[in-house]
Amino acid sequence: MSYTWDWGVMAYAAPSMLRGTWVTIQMSIATMAFGTLIGAVMGTASLFKFWPTRALVATYVYTIRGIPLLVIIFLIYFALPAVGIYFSPVVAGLTALSIYSGAYMTEIFRAGILAIDRGQAEAAKAIGMTERMTLTTILLPQAARNIIPPVTNELIKVVKSTSLLSTITITELTRAAQLVVVQKFTPFEIYTMLACYYLVLIGTLSYLARLLDRWLKQ
Amino acid sequence: MTQPMFNWQIVREAFVPLLQGAQVTIEVALVTMLFATVAGIILGGASLSHFMPLRWLVKGYVLIVRGVPPLVLILLIYFAPPAFGIEIPQFWAAVIALGVNAAAYNTEIIRAGIVAIDPGQSEAASALGMTWTGTLMHVLLPQALRKTLPPLTNELIAVIKTTPLLSVISILELTGSGQAIVANTFAPLEVYVLLALFYFVLIGALSLVMRWLEWKFAQ
Repeated sequence: MSYTWDWGVMAYAAPSMLRGTWVTIQMSIATMAFGTLIGAVMGTASLFKFWPTRALVATYVYTIRGIPLLVIIFLIYFALPAVGIYFSPVVAGLTALSIYSGAYMTEIFRAGILAIDRGQAEAAKAIGMTERMTLTTILLPQAARNIIPPVTNELIKVVKSTSLLSTITITELTRAAQLVVVQKFTPFEIYTMLACYYLVLIGTLSYLARLLDRWLKQ
Repeated sequence: MTQPMFNWQIVREAFVPLLQGAQVTIEVALVTMLFATVAGIILGGASLSHFMPLRWLVKGYVLIVRGVPPLVLILLIYFAPPAFGIEIPQFWAAVIALGVNAAAYNTEIIRAGIVAIDPGQSEAASALGMTWTGTLMHVLLPQALRKTLPPLTNELIAVIKTTPLLSVISILELTGSGQAIVANTFAPLEVYVLLALFYFVLIGALSLVMRWLEWKFAQ
């Protein structure tokens, strides 16, 4: 079995793959921003006394968890136009990723708030704070500490899931690599390189996450 | 009168082909999980070995797999071997790619399961003169597997949620069948909504099994 590794193609692919990496980073950050927003709103809503809100959040979370991300992407990008709702690939991809990640973020926020000692909420009530004030000034600031480690974990998951956006013609890292493979017919080199790009990206993120985690524990 | 918004006829026609796709999804997921669990037991045990290079090897494997999206693994394992003149049948390329991915997570699950066992157990075993392998096989693993059954079920759900990516290498599992039907009928709304329902039922049923296992072992 002899195989000559084509080094030239790696240099050829580098500019477009770096551009793809930048798209991957942008999509990940935007998804995390919307996902965190959804998670914060839905996570706190899941703790309201008013049961219909709780039921709504539970339905959202369980529905999204039961459907693979790729199917959600297809629903938004391919199925919604049938009812007259058109999105560009980037908007459709961002919506799908945010809705998907938002469901997991909801659970992260919920768990982060629930992990706070009950005495905190009781004490706030005892001094006459309203439910909303308790939430925004007592519970959420403390929850942030519990929430940051699982959120960094979710960010890594999001980076990995942006690869699915390649199916709806967004030229992020994976599709950038696929396009080079189509031109150069060197799948082995390019896909190995693609894996290395992700490894470096995610490795850096996990390293930063560990630093942040250590800093929070001090 | 314009076309109706939701064509029930297509839903009826798509139902049986999707069911066949679901069968492929379940087959791939179960075979994958079988291999990944065996690999997870071996690697999970190896990650606790006294032999340092072995531990590092397992650690490196888990770190690499966790840092690469499953779609990239699928592309690599399906498209790269033909460059060496090796043709892997589609089904097995799928099982290998998903298996390599799931095995890394199973390794961690089983490792955590073994570590969670009271150290008194392995101390007692070593006091009785059992070898390390004997302790692992007869004392630690049987207990660890009971504990890890719920998280392993969870991983099976994760594997099922990864199978749609196989449509990229043109395997006609549930999502691939859905895409094929859309290509024929131009009815993405009906077919993809039905597709989502199929997954929802499949994954929902498995979550209930997991919940039951958790409840059973919590007693």
